[in-house]
Amino acid sequence: MAQFHFSLVSPERELFSGEVDAVVVPGTEGLFEVRENHAPLMATLSPGMIEVHRGGEVTRTFVRGGFADVSPAGLTVLAEKAIAETDLQGDALLAERNEADSVLSGSTATPEATLNAQRAQDALAKY
Amino acid sequence: MPSLKDLKTRIGSVKSTQKITKAMQMVAAAKLRRAEDAAKAGRPYAERIEMVLANLAAGMTPGAPGPKLLTGTGEDQTYLLVVATADRGLCGGFNSSIVRLAREHIVRLQGEGKTVKVMTVGKKGYEQLSRLYGDLIVERVTFEDVKTVGFDQAYDISSKLLEMFEDGQFDKALVFYGAFQSVISQVPTAQQIIPAEPPKIEGEDKMAAPYEYEPGEEEILETLLPRYVAVQVFRALLENAASEQGARMSAMDNATRNAGDMIDSLNLQYNRARQAQITTELVEIIAGAESV
Repeated sequence: MAQFHFSLVSPERELFSGEVDAVVVPGTEGLFEVRENHAPLMATLSPGMIEVHRGGEVTRTFVRGGFADVSPAGLTVLAEKAIAETDLQGDALLAERNEADSVLSGSTATPEATLNAQRAQDALAKY
Repeated sequence: MPSLKDLKTRIGSVKSTQKITKAMQMVAAAKLRRAEDAAKAGRPYAERIEMVLANLAAGMTPGAPGPKLLTGTGEDQTYLLVVATADRGLCGGFNSSIVRLAREHIVRLQGEGKTVKVMTVGKKGYEQLSRLYGDLIVERVTFEDVKTVGFDQAYDISSKLLEMFEDGQFDKALVFYGAFQSVISQVPTAQQIIPAEPPKIEGEDKMAAPYEYEPGEEEILETLLPRYVAVQVFRALLENAASEQGARMSAMDNATRNAGDMIDSLNLQYNRARQAQITTELVEIIAGAESV
């Protein structure tokens, strides 16, 4: 399968950069999959798992807040927070859960914030 | 003329000072490397977000009402100066030069009849500015209990800024920090962060293919701008951290060298005094022997 360039960056560092087969991105308007020669697209992200398909292997990363930028040069995901699936346990997991819970239990949240928190909860539920 | 004992204790004390400055220099060198790595690691995100914003801003029709964070409030009356300095001293003129730049801005803006508000980040800036402009300081942040400055701190500062901006407490915000150029040169810099000033893209860099936006262009711009502000603050903090360590390293290097010079000259003085004492003793002995 043809590959394209994908990079995942958080404000603190570049988490991934390399050639991949396909990436599933949790956009605000729904999941979408990016493959080679995808049309240029700019989308906001909802909390969820990014799935990177590479040579038959799948790696997942939890992301919260940010953007996906598909350009002819490839896909760049700017995530405010990104945690690899393997690190999604213990304190980090708890902190993410609490964050979502506190938004849901508060009464001031906007509909978008509530939706995002629910999506975060769904994504985290199986860990 | 100090006695031999006095000289000896002075040499001892200068030597231990030298040891301290030497150790501080080495610690600063190690921390500088880490700070530089952090600054480098943060660059891809900042560059990408800048590019995206520049693309979006270029696509907007000029004159059309856009988000306030990009177009400004339409006024130019109240300025908020965010002065970012270090929490610690002993780093040469690093803190003072940032404060000096901020003070020049305050004087100039006040001269033009603008209202100036100050937010200090870091302890030293607060200490220096509160003496003269204590009543202008509306907010202060320090990182004394934070080990390494991360994006979370920058995010906190930027959300405070955005809150105040939404509240109409200022029209323009500038951030002051020391831009890191090299170990011996840190340039105090003022940068406008609100309203955002995305870099202009010219010619070939402009995207060829039209983008699709999900959701709309405006929604994206609205979520992007607060993040852009946070990234700018974060970048200022990272640059500041690297600059602080660089400044401290060269200041401590100088101090170590000065201490070495001082020890040399004290040693010379000590040896002279010792020789003079021996000579006097000899003269006394000879004079005593002759008088017998």
